Amino acid sequence: MKTRDDHAGSLASESLDGLIKPAWRVPSWLITSLSLIVVTATWQIFGPQINPLFASYPSEILRAFWKMTVSGQLPTAFVSSMQPFLAGYLLAAILGIPAGLLLGRFRVLDAAFGIYVIAGYSTPLIALVPLLMIWFGLGFMVKMVIIFLLTFFPVCINTWTGVRAVPKTLVDVGTAFCASQSSIMRQIVLPAVLPYIMAGLRLGIGKAVIAMVIAEFLTAISGLGGVIISSANSFKTAEMFVPIIVIMVLAVLLTHLVSVIERKVAPWQSEIADREGI
Amino acid sequence: MSHVQLKDVSKIFGLKVDGRMQITRALNGVTFDIEQGEIVALAGPSGCGKTTALRIIMGLESATTGSVLVGNKEIVGCGHDRGMVFQHAELLPWKSVLDNVKFGLAMKGIPKPEADATASRYVDLVGLSHAKDRRPHQLSGGMKQRVGIARALAIDPAVLLMDEPFGALDSQTRETLQMELLSIHERTHKTIVFVTHDLDEAVLLADRVVVMHAGQVREIISIDIGRPRRDIRAIQTNPEFMRKRMAIWETLHDATPHADPVPEMRPT
Repeated sequence: MKTRDDHAGSLASESLDGLIKPAWRVPSWLITSLSLIVVTATWQIFGPQINPLFASYPSEILRAFWKMTVSGQLPTAFVSSMQPFLAGYLLAAILGIPAGLLLGRFRVLDAAFGIYVIAGYSTPLIALVPLLMIWFGLGFMVKMVIIFLLTFFPVCINTWTGVRAVPKTLVDVGTAFCASQSSIMRQIVLPAVLPYIMAGLRLGIGKAVIAMVIAEFLTAISGLGGVIISSANSFKTAEMFVPIIVIMVLAVLLTHLVSVIERKVAPWQSEIADREGI
Repeated sequence: MSHVQLKDVSKIFGLKVDGRMQITRALNGVTFDIEQGEIVALAGPSGCGKTTALRIIMGLESATTGSVLVGNKEIVGCGHDRGMVFQHAELLPWKSVLDNVKFGLAMKGIPKPEADATASRYVDLVGLSHAKDRRPHQLSGGMKQRVGIARALAIDPAVLLMDEPFGALDSQTRETLQMELLSIHERTHKTIVFVTHDLDEAVLLADRVVVMHAGQVREIISIDIGRPRRDIRAIQTNPEFMRKRMAIWETLHDATPHADPVPEMRPT
């Protein structure tokens, strides 16, 4: 059965391979690097002209970074921040994803609990910090809970939205082939929702970082947030910038990591969407 | 013995329009039989209930009243005795061609090694072995629908149900697939029920055309063109083809007394 379609298919895989040469383009990483260099250089040139009390500049921050690393202040703060950050974030992912799946799939659960998730997402949960301190003290536990609370809702809501966006016709395919509820969930709903879950996890990183700094500001002052506060209080602007930039770099790296994982677990998604643009 | 029987099937939908419930009667006392190995077309304008009828036979929807029998057993919900081909193929985008075909087999509980072999055979049958590892977005519309057909056939259903399977394809690809469907039918003698709004397609493929309008069967028209049907040109110039095409058109035209009620169905 040779047909038009078949010919198109076999030609592409046999004789045309050598002919396909994509036009060379400036790689995206190079553009990003150049942009970083230009911004940093501009900052370095104009930064020193401002009173060091109000602002700092790259070479000064780098010097402070080195000093704080050697003295052990920065590594200690980093480790102390990372513990509640990772615990809270992972807990939010572990509970938020299944919660979103259940809310999206079962109308009764949606009606019973959806309202709390929406409320939790739109309430400024920071307002609960004084109460949380009474419940969980000032140490690791309360910080983890704050990070968990702020991260759980975006992860859960994204997953939930994703389930509701699963095309009905794909679920029909499962039904027509007599798939069980659990097979439909695992083989159709879950893969279709994966891109939404990953988007939720990406948003969650931003939320978790904010939650981490807020927790360190408002509960026992410690970690990277604590370094920001104590440096600011003693007017060491350059030293204040060090943890801010560390957190920024961390958030960017983690976001990138989620994208890498997404391309691993949902490769079809990035193939379908032309994410790179023109 | 009739293979598929619809007995007085009605379907009523509640449709919420501007906050008020409107009752829509999608099917109203639909009764017809389909013989073993027969190809039957459900034809009619949009909204005539033909797709609803097919979905009820598949078990994707339940009839409000009446019953559907497949092989003398009343159906309740889905069943591996029926295989469905969807209008836009509806392949799972994260699965390769081969894995899409294997999906139905896995749901039927076929053990993996056997499912692998069967899926390969059906991917072969629809002429896609060179593309078996591609994902759906790497396929043309025609190739996608071939996978849809392979997926439905792989579970070896007694009845193949197809919902406007070639409606979204360009005319050349459509003709190719129509011919392939006829050739598959020649080899497997499956009972095939398909929905179409294309009168040419209905007469070309079917033994009988169930002409529907407003949720009711208007007429069942037999197409007396012998099988095997292999030459599309010869069939289309056959006087029987033109006669039956006209007969269907007139049935639909009579059903709707307004000037131009079924714009998608005109005689050429």
